[in-house]
Amino acid sequence: MKISHHLDDATLMSRAAGALSEGMTLLVDSHLHWCKTCQTRAWEAECIGGDMLARIEPQAMSEGSLDSILGMLDGSEEIVAERSVKAQGSQEVPEPLAQVVGSDLDAIDWKRLGPGVQHFDFNFPGEGACRLLRIQPGVSIPHHTHKGNELTMILRGSYSDDMGRFCQGDVTDLDEEIKHQPIVDTGSECICLIATEAPLKFTGIMGRLAQPFIGL
Amino acid sequence: MTDNISEETDVTAAVAIAEQKKKKERDAWSDLLASLSETRSKVDFSRLYEHFAPRVKAYIIRFGMPVAAAEELTQESMLAVWRKSHLYTRSKASASTWIFTLARNQCIDRLRREKAVEYELPEEEIDPDQRHYGEHAVLEERMSGAISKLPEAQAQVLYLSYYEGKSHSEISEQLGIPLGSVKSRLRLAFSKLKAHWGEEE
Repeated sequence: MKISHHLDDATLMSRAAGALSEGMTLLVDSHLHWCKTCQTRAWEAECIGGDMLARIEPQAMSEGSLDSILGMLDGSEEIVAERSVKAQGSQEVPEPLAQVVGSDLDAIDWKRLGPGVQHFDFNFPGEGACRLLRIQPGVSIPHHTHKGNELTMILRGSYSDDMGRFCQGDVTDLDEEIKHQPIVDTGSECICLIATEAPLKFTGIMGRLAQPFIGL
Repeated sequence: MTDNISEETDVTAAVAIAEQKKKKERDAWSDLLASLSETRSKVDFSRLYEHFAPRVKAYIIRFGMPVAAAEELTQESMLAVWRKSHLYTRSKASASTWIFTLARNQCIDRLRREKAVEYELPEEEIDPDQRHYGEHAVLEERMSGAISKLPEAQAQVLYLSYYEGKSHSEISEQLGIPLGSVKSRLRLAFSKLKAHWGEEE
């Protein structure tokens, strides 16, 4: 997989800081799973966190807290793995995403959103939206409004907008100031993961807005 | 004039000495943590605890936790240090960075009240040659002094992000600046820190 569109440094810093929504974390970690370039930057962003921790003004622990934790050490076993893997990823589903939806995109419980568009809503608690979109060839991603940042990651197929062509593994990392209207640009469907900081609202009449764009 | 120059030289030298001292301290903590999985020494753990627990607690409070919860989460984070110490690689990151990620994950887990899925960098898949871990560990030291030299506007967004866990939109609202400015300040801070890091891109 050749990834040519990457995450913004500012997004990787937010991830390191624990400041991303659940959906955005899922998307970022899914991309990181496939992208060594971003892994290195994500690690660098964590080092900033380490340095910030070293610099913080300490807050005294309450009396007896050391004794209390020493008492807990004997009963606690070593944790073998850093994380538990419930599901393996696949060619189309990076492992972090597979933990939530399984590794087969065709087996997902897709719901119709409009002509040529299906979706799966993760319904994560908290702010922001996170969905999978499945878009038929020639159809543009439904027009929507949102505040804040929007991340999209391609899992199957490709799409194009005026910033270029986006293929499997690529991400778009945009904010509200950038307007774009991507369109599925091959004869195959496109499946992407989309996560936003604020709730995603699909606007207008889906039938009209999700119409194929001609002549792009 | 001559006085000014010598004063500046003195200040520069003093800063260099202070940074050198900090680096030695950081190295010592990292060495101690690296040996913990072998020694399983409670004395060593106590020393790490005395140093890091009050910092972790301060971090968790700034992250927005009530003091009582912060104390409890600090204990859980420090217990994780003991239980996961064999997963710490000295050449990969400083003790502070590793402990920071443990504490951050505790905060995220608590905030989401959902521990089913834990997100970590997929470390096992990384080609060590590509990551230049050893080199990074050295360069991390260099970056460290750079944070204190950032312009106020960049340091501010860095603090709101890392200390308070605020999203770009929240920072934008709090400071009354456009979202794009928040992101560009973060990017600038990152590239300055990386320039210190000596990374060429």
